[in-house]
Amino acid sequence: MPEPGKILSGSIVYKDKNILDMTEKEVQDLRGNEISMIFQDPMTALNPVMTVGDQIAEVILRHQECTKAEAQVRMLEMLDKVGISGDRAGDYPHQFSGGMKQRIIIAIALACNPKLLLADEPTTALDVTIQAQVMRMVNELKKEFGTSMVLITHDLGIVAESCDAVAIMYAGEIVEYGSLEDIFDRTAHPYTIGLFGSIPRLDLDTDRLQPIQGLMPDPINLPEGCPFHPRCPYAKEACRHEKPGHAEITPGHFVKCLRAKEQLEEVTGS
Amino acid sequence: MTPIVAVEHLCKYFKTPRGQLHAVEDLSFAIEEKTTLGVVGESGCGKSTLGRTVMGLHESTAGVLRFEGEDVTRPNKAQKKNMHRQIQMIFQDPYSSLDPRMCVSDLIAEPMKAMGLCRDKTERERRVAELMDTVGLSRRFAFSYPHELDGGRRQRIGIARALSVDPKFIVCDEPVSALDVSIQAQILNLLQDLQDQRGLTYMFITHNLSVVKHISHSILVMYLGCEVEMCPSKELFKNPLHPYTKGLLSAIPIPSIHVQREEIIMKGEVTSPINPKPGCRFASRCPYAEARCHESLPAVEEILPGHLCACHRVREINGL
Repeated sequence: MPEPGKILSGSIVYKDKNILDMTEKEVQDLRGNEISMIFQDPMTALNPVMTVGDQIAEVILRHQECTKAEAQVRMLEMLDKVGISGDRAGDYPHQFSGGMKQRIIIAIALACNPKLLLADEPTTALDVTIQAQVMRMVNELKKEFGTSMVLITHDLGIVAESCDAVAIMYAGEIVEYGSLEDIFDRTAHPYTIGLFGSIPRLDLDTDRLQPIQGLMPDPINLPEGCPFHPRCPYAKEACRHEKPGHAEITPGHFVKCLRAKEQLEEVTGS
Repeated sequence: MTPIVAVEHLCKYFKTPRGQLHAVEDLSFAIEEKTTLGVVGESGCGKSTLGRTVMGLHESTAGVLRFEGEDVTRPNKAQKKNMHRQIQMIFQDPYSSLDPRMCVSDLIAEPMKAMGLCRDKTERERRVAELMDTVGLSRRFAFSYPHELDGGRRQRIGIARALSVDPKFIVCDEPVSALDVSIQAQILNLLQDLQDQRGLTYMFITHNLSVVKHISHSILVMYLGCEVEMCPSKELFKNPLHPYTKGLLSAIPIPSIHVQREEIIMKGEVTSPINPKPGCRFASRCPYAEARCHESLPAVEEILPGHLCACHRVREINGL
């Protein structure tokens, strides 16, 4: 977290160990090695004065016990995996296009065979045809290396193509969580419903979009009760005061909404 | 009926140190009144240059530009003044297209002042308030500055500015790409309502095919400055003819888990528009390319009624 951000409570458990209890040194050994990240903007995530080959080899040398020569071999392997010819290893980032830079970032992220990959809007800065190439490559490499992935995106289309489970966030909270089928076919939270109504669709003919009214609340000054109530078409008096907890409406499908909870209670008769 | 805007064989080249950049190559199309032409393509394909040339912000290298039937390729002073009044633009980035030192009401009044319209101050203030209502900006923001407003509201200012001189034709250059999806939907609805109420004609430039499908009557697909395909919007999505359009459509992720479709992944990337090789611009990425595709640029032909396409092998590929 950047200053003055502070983690006040909670835990981040990785392989039965709480990352928050680890020393900085231990965390550094995890980062880029077992857990690595693909950043949103390939134009700024690379070092402009270092060749791309050196940038890939750097992470290998930091985490694996190997000689420089072995790191070179592994670096060339990685370049090959992401579809960039090995003789470009000596080139600098500005000599590559946006799509190729993102491939290099993916090569750096996967160089140490991580168990978990965090991809933060990996294709937002790319054109659709390049996005399709990059997403296909990420999905193939993920399968090949047996990596788990957290994909952060605003594009529900990408989610439909590459994910197994989905968490929908609003104002810092997960408001709905479930399998791909839960979210796309049994959408329950009014915010998620609003998101689907806002996007123009290629596969459907819609005359008029149904946007969510109003704006995102200021995170410094969140509304009382359910943070979505000022924009919610179903908001009732209770939503203004009571903060909804997670309700499990079907096994594995969680929703933070009083209305969903009430509907569940009606069905179960409790 | 004469179309409101028509271009014939329009070219726009730029001189660069590395050679001539062919931003727009031999484009011809016409836009009927009260309709929207969507222009789509990947970054660097000349969409924005086309928009700016139609606006009269760039002088074309060759070709003819007509506005309401009149040749305005090299406009005289009176024609220029009329064009600036009748043709307005909504810009992509609501963060950098507004003067940070002007408040909302001054920003909206500026185009009227520049055109010498509405000289009476109270009349102008009344009009600014009216415009703010039209675009859905609450009047309490009249004295706010752009940095105090979010992207959606800023884009509404941009729209109010464009509307303030009562234009007939608006070039929208990626008006929603900098906005969140829910705000994007609000702005798209607003643009559609304004078209219905005021009979506006739009040229809507975007890289987002889902948006363009939603808002356009007909669509022009560009690739590296060239026209690749043009037809009514529904037809394009039902029956794309050009290999590039097919690939582009298949590359768009669809937010549904029930859609099964053929996956066409295009190889390689867009080549440089500087000193382009002869032949079809798409040939190096095209799965169907053969010798003649590398030798001559295919002409735009009407393959099906109202459906134009530029491809040597279009009939073979589509079994026509």
